[in-house]
Amino acid sequence: MSNIDAYRRRFLLGAGIASVATVAPGLVLRQVNAKPADEAVTDQKRWGMLIDVDKLPNGGQGVVDACKAEHGWGHEEHSNAEQKTQWVRTVKVTEKLTKHEFKLPVMCQHCETAPCADVCPTGASFKRVDGIVLVNKHICIGCRYCMMACPYKARSLVHEAIFDQKPDTPRGKGTVEACTLCVHKIDAGEQPACVASSNGAIVFGDLKDESSEISKQLKARGGKQIRADLGLNTGVRYQGI
Amino acid sequence: MSSKKITYTEIENKGIGFYGLLGLLGFFLLAGGYAFLAAEHSGHYITGMNNQIVWGLPHIFAIFLIVAASGALNIGSIGTVFGKKIYQPLGRLSGLVAIALLVGGLIILLLDLGRIDHVIEMAKGNLNFKSIFAWNMILYGGFIALVSFYLWTMMARSKLAKRLYKPAGFSAFTWRLMLTTGTGSIFGFLVARQAFDAAILAPLFIILSFAIGLAFFLMLLIFTYKCTQREIGDVLLNKLRYLLGVFILATLLFEVTRHLTNLYATEHHAVESFILGGGNFYSNLFWFGYVVLGALAPLVLIFCRLLKNNRAALLLAAFLTVVGGFSLLYVIIIGGQAFPLVLFPNAEVSSSYFDGVNNSYSANIGEYMLGMAGVAVTLLIVLVGVKVLRFLPTSLADSVIDPHAKK
Repeated sequence: MSNIDAYRRRFLLGAGIASVATVAPGLVLRQVNAKPADEAVTDQKRWGMLIDVDKLPNGGQGVVDACKAEHGWGHEEHSNAEQKTQWVRTVKVTEKLTKHEFKLPVMCQHCETAPCADVCPTGASFKRVDGIVLVNKHICIGCRYCMMACPYKARSLVHEAIFDQKPDTPRGKGTVEACTLCVHKIDAGEQPACVASSNGAIVFGDLKDESSEISKQLKARGGKQIRADLGLNTGVRYQGI
Repeated sequence: MSSKKITYTEIENKGIGFYGLLGLLGFFLLAGGYAFLAAEHSGHYITGMNNQIVWGLPHIFAIFLIVAASGALNIGSIGTVFGKKIYQPLGRLSGLVAIALLVGGLIILLLDLGRIDHVIEMAKGNLNFKSIFAWNMILYGGFIALVSFYLWTMMARSKLAKRLYKPAGFSAFTWRLMLTTGTGSIFGFLVARQAFDAAILAPLFIILSFAIGLAFFLMLLIFTYKCTQREIGDVLLNKLRYLLGVFILATLLFEVTRHLTNLYATEHHAVESFILGGGNFYSNLFWFGYVVLGALAPLVLIFCRLLKNNRAALLLAAFLTVVGGFSLLYVIIIGGQAFPLVLFPNAEVSSSYFDGVNNSYSANIGEYMLGMAGVAVTLLIVLVGVKVLRFLPTSLADSVIDPHAKK
């Protein structure tokens, strides 16, 4: 066997191992995390996200685009800018004294004690036992009290009829909506669309599982909440703010 | 109950005045119905409301009417609960106006919902009792039921009705206090909003209800008695006049306390300077609409000795109190939303979703139509009520109602 053949073999073996190492965790992760459709959601988990704003280019505009593409919001024809839905936005923050500047994506923070769910008269706004805050569009009366109560302006009322909807994101005129944490993907054992688009800047996982990547990172480096003073114990945490 | 036997009669529908008024109210109802159908069909994009100012002019009309409802009942309560005989002849009208105001306000709230068809879900048991809104549904329903019962005890001739008159009056009075507390609490416990995060809003709404409920009642009373050529004596009107003055002063006191408390906390400085000294529409409305026109001017009209027994001055004072109450609610509710949410204290924020900017809002014609329709519903209920049932005393002259009146 020539040196070249030996080199080729070693190269192919290395490449093969690398591919398996890259792909396998994904496959294994899918097998472990995918929840059968008839299995109830459990409070043994609490889903959350850790967003490192220093690693996100342009304040997370890519995250906003990925969310739009996944859920199809923000394309209303008749609504004006103030009326259009916006599930996630990038916010530029400048500290008044120090002039320190940073940008971050802001969406539903999936609070443990969600003010939106507290004030909702019908219970349409609710928190799933695994920590995901959602709106049941079938019983939402469109009173907008949740929008008054949300400290993050994370919710939007749909101001007009919506056509060509995404199959996994049912939306309705006159009802309120917000980030669902891509619950349809989570239930299928996948990661939210924004996480997948973030090049590792957003870590998603189970906050109750000490061995999960998000818990390890939060334990090691911490993660800040927006308006932590409100004591809402948000599921979305930030680094670099 | 009162010194002489009070007789109550229906109003007569002679002349075009009655039918003209009916027609005018019908027109407002149709206009409001059209506004509702248009928004229901197209969606809320045709209104001036948006995702920054989520509650607009219809909500001001609605909350005004609902708050005024419990205040209008006060006149009856003073007679029943506090035993002031001179007010007792007004008890029936007070109950009727209270129910009418509440129904008018609720109709606006309902017709402004994004999905009115989903309200049926609440009847199916989808109620969240952590929500003050859900409680309010019960408080509003209970109010109508209790006040109707109270009216029955005043109007029925049976002995049972007479025996139940006091307990009914007491329970209606207690219930109305809870109701206004509930309405004020809608705003009192929104921790995220700088302008609303104050428990004092609940008692403020109660005292505001005393003032605007009485003012609305006075306007109706003077107007109806003028149109039907019935007599009201100065004794009664002056009692109501000074009562209104006390309520306006008390509202002012609570409002001053609210702002002073807020000014003490650094975190509220920005919102207070926005409302009090912003040089914007809301601060102008606060100072000129509420403080000057809506509080100080009626106080002068009420307490100026030269204007004693002057009905035009009293009518104007009542009207200005209504204007003031409306302005105050507008400043609290819409001004409170116009001020941006504080995501990061001590920092400036900006985004494509209007973070950090003062939000603008101007109601469109449809919202005015919906609000006016609520007022029309109220007036229509009162008008039909006094036409078909005996709500109005034939005379409220001093000699009839005042035991000490000089002949």
